[in-house]
Amino acid sequence: MSSVETVPLAPAAEKLRERFARSPLSERVAVVDLDLPTLEVAPADWPAVARFLRDDSECAYDLFLDLAGVDNAKRRGRPTRFEAVYHLHSLPRSEHVRVKVILPDTAEPRLPSVVDVWPAANWFEREAFDLYGFDFPGHPNLRRILVHDAFVGHPLRKDYSPGQRWFFAEEDLRMPSWATHTEERAGHFETQTLSIGPSHPATHGIVHLVARLDGERIKRAETQIGYMHRCFEKMAETHTWNQVIPFCDRLNYVSAMINGVGYVKTVEKMLGIEVPDRGRLVRTILSEFSRIMDHCVDIGANLVDIGALTNFWYLYQPREGIYGLLEACCGARLTVSYVRVGGLAIDVPEDFVPRCRALLESIPKFLNDVDRLVTRNRIVRNRLAGTGVITKEQAIAWGLTGPVLRSTGVAYDVRRSRPYDFYDRFDWDVPVATDGDNYARYLVRMEEMRQSLSIIRQALDVFPESGPVSSDDWHVVLPPKDAVYHDMESLIFHFKLIMEGIRVPAGERYDWIEGANGELGFYAISDGGAGPYRVKVRPPCFPMMAAYEKIIIGGTISDAIATLGTLNIIAGELER
Amino acid sequence: MSASDVGMLALRVLAPVLVILIVLPMLQWVERRGAGLIQDRPGPNRVGPFGLLQPLADVVKFFMKEDLIPSHADRFLYVLAPGLATFAALTTFAVIPYGATLNIRGNPVPLVGADVSIGILYLFAVTSLSVYGIVLAGWSSNNKFSLIGGIRSSAQIISYELAMTTAAAGVILAAGSFRLTDVVAMQSGSWLSLPYRGWTVVPQLLGFVVFFVSAFAETNRLPFDLPEAEAELVAGYHTEYSAMKFAMFYMAEYINVVVASALMVTLYFGGWSFPGFHPTSLGGVVLSVLIFAVKTAFFVWIFMWVRWTLPRFRYDQLMRLGWKALLPLALLNLFWVAGLVLWNAL
Repeated sequence: MSSVETVPLAPAAEKLRERFARSPLSERVAVVDLDLPTLEVAPADWPAVARFLRDDSECAYDLFLDLAGVDNAKRRGRPTRFEAVYHLHSLPRSEHVRVKVILPDTAEPRLPSVVDVWPAANWFEREAFDLYGFDFPGHPNLRRILVHDAFVGHPLRKDYSPGQRWFFAEEDLRMPSWATHTEERAGHFETQTLSIGPSHPATHGIVHLVARLDGERIKRAETQIGYMHRCFEKMAETHTWNQVIPFCDRLNYVSAMINGVGYVKTVEKMLGIEVPDRGRLVRTILSEFSRIMDHCVDIGANLVDIGALTNFWYLYQPREGIYGLLEACCGARLTVSYVRVGGLAIDVPEDFVPRCRALLESIPKFLNDVDRLVTRNRIVRNRLAGTGVITKEQAIAWGLTGPVLRSTGVAYDVRRSRPYDFYDRFDWDVPVATDGDNYARYLVRMEEMRQSLSIIRQALDVFPESGPVSSDDWHVVLPPKDAVYHDMESLIFHFKLIMEGIRVPAGERYDWIEGANGELGFYAISDGGAGPYRVKVRPPCFPMMAAYEKIIIGGTISDAIATLGTLNIIAGELER
Repeated sequence: MSASDVGMLALRVLAPVLVILIVLPMLQWVERRGAGLIQDRPGPNRVGPFGLLQPLADVVKFFMKEDLIPSHADRFLYVLAPGLATFAALTTFAVIPYGATLNIRGNPVPLVGADVSIGILYLFAVTSLSVYGIVLAGWSSNNKFSLIGGIRSSAQIISYELAMTTAAAGVILAAGSFRLTDVVAMQSGSWLSLPYRGWTVVPQLLGFVVFFVSAFAETNRLPFDLPEAEAELVAGYHTEYSAMKFAMFYMAEYINVVVASALMVTLYFGGWSFPGFHPTSLGGVVLSVLIFAVKTAFFVWIFMWVRWTLPRFRYDQLMRLGWKALLPLALLNLFWVAGLVLWNAL
């Protein structure tokens, strides 16, 4: 792996190599220059490299973002069958890095766990174990996470047929060992185990929390997920690039637009095509509206959980208006599927700008109502302030991003740290709170909605009256229908695109945007075929849910419910 | 006792109970339409004009639903609990005077179910019984959420009853009687005289505030609806109840709201009386009943208004408020009233 020494590298990768040159590890890592500076290491060296990456002052990759397994069985050009691909972020230097751990071809792919380096790796390693069968020696609790405990095989391996069906019974479900026996100690009240969920009013979806209670205080807790697992990533592998878009909408279905934008941006970068300004502005405007919607739903549902029911309706009014706008644009409300690789499905309606402006007028009224009812309400403050506290260090160690991370005092927002579309041209602030409790998260979200409104206002000011919303690269985007009917070449392009789909050049790409809940990343690999070879989502909810069972220890059930609300767990995205 | 006396007594007792039972569905309509009004949505508006027949449809639905008893439930207590809750709620109204004294052929007939000399004591004793309905429901359902709801409820009601009775003790002190008709009579005099004979709320504002807040806790309404906190405990003590048994808990809650409102009116707002109004004729008595009804309706509306405005307390915060804020304030009020009585101001 030392052959890369002679290959000239981009500055970022070159820097990474320089840093490693100073360490005793320099001989054992290879630096490759892909879309991101990429390290290739062998499993045995991985813990040492991980520690260096985290602790070295010039690396300081403190935020664990993602772990994606890759099965190269049907792909050429890779040395071994399995790879574990890590994505890390350095908050001090605002940089991403990719690490590929190349697993030797053995019957049981194995690599050391890095949970002690980045606690956030815990659930990600379980996921890789679950879906790829990677063994992580040193992992504290290595067992299935997304699929059922009684499942046989590893669904994301290339030799696993997606057509297989399994039937499971309830008794196959594994409960934590401490949950099934009762502790009785002299002089103490008996503790009881409470199963909150999978179907419970506060889970707003299907999440299972097993809690050991002493009175109403939670002593131990474990969350079990997977009830909504659809194996989105396997489905993506059996469809064409554009066919994946509707699946993306079902990740975070509360702000479906943002998911689609994140996905197509990744593909567009792999293709190297540009979307016209007008299309990108529409995406920006609708993404920000979706963000407002997401925060409205989160705060509204959270307030319902603590008993303030009325705010739910106040916050759902803007959502209704935004759904009206989305419906006018593409005909769908919840799962819009409005974006396409290269642009948008269709142009926006003629009254798009006035509609947006009307929404800008109406939304602040509802936000102000909630503000007046809630923000300084004594009961709300008692319930939210000081509960579900996450410190800055914990948030980083647990890999949290988005409003939750910002509520602990870290101003990490992808729209600011690596601006995409037009975010660097607009004047807006990244709201940050310092307390890291439920109340701070509420405040951050409230302010983010106002910032989003400001972004939309500025985007509308520069919005071109007319012009294309999609690229005119007919290898990617369907030609206009009129041209298809009258022009031979357009007809051919149309035929090829419909029958074969987009051909994305072989390669890989990790691209990330700011989802409503945090960094939403898509790691896509193409082998040059008709569809993705592998798509891995970096779901912002996943590390949050992993942290949830740690945050709620010591609090009451009521606190746990309030915390679940402010973390904004969206099962569709959590479990994919 | 002649037959007409028995008839009159039965009427006196039954009339308010029947009125409450008839008013209950209307209250439900008011609550739901009111919630709609507050929450910027229409509320039920499909069944009948303005959705007025919606409660009727709901009652029919409750009767038609399958009545489930969980297999591991304690059947006897499970069936007893909703009845106990409704019974306790309904019987409280017996001692509340709902109108001025009627004169029938020279016989004074006070408009109150039973004009007993220990009215207030009886009232608090019976309201305490209502906690049994909730605790037994929570216990007998054999469901952890129900049990937690039941436990929360017993702790909550016991704590707040203390503050509530202490606040009411101020009124008893001023009236010098446990009889509720005496309490009303005390408040139907002059507001300017010394001793003061106007509505109790003026000299005992503090006591009223304590009583008011405690009443919310006693009736398990928001912001004190912890026993049934739906987001935390699914539905709390009545999670396992269905059909009419569930409806009985529902009824008990509304009856409790009416009783608590009527009690606030009686203790602090002069009951059926109104300044300068001394009913002698039949029309005057009817008017006094109306006055009482309007005052009570006002507080019932406040109960609903608060429910759709405020969030819920957390259990420990609720306990802290009860023991560390309301009880000391109630005691303070008691001392204040005792001082006023001592110096003949009341």
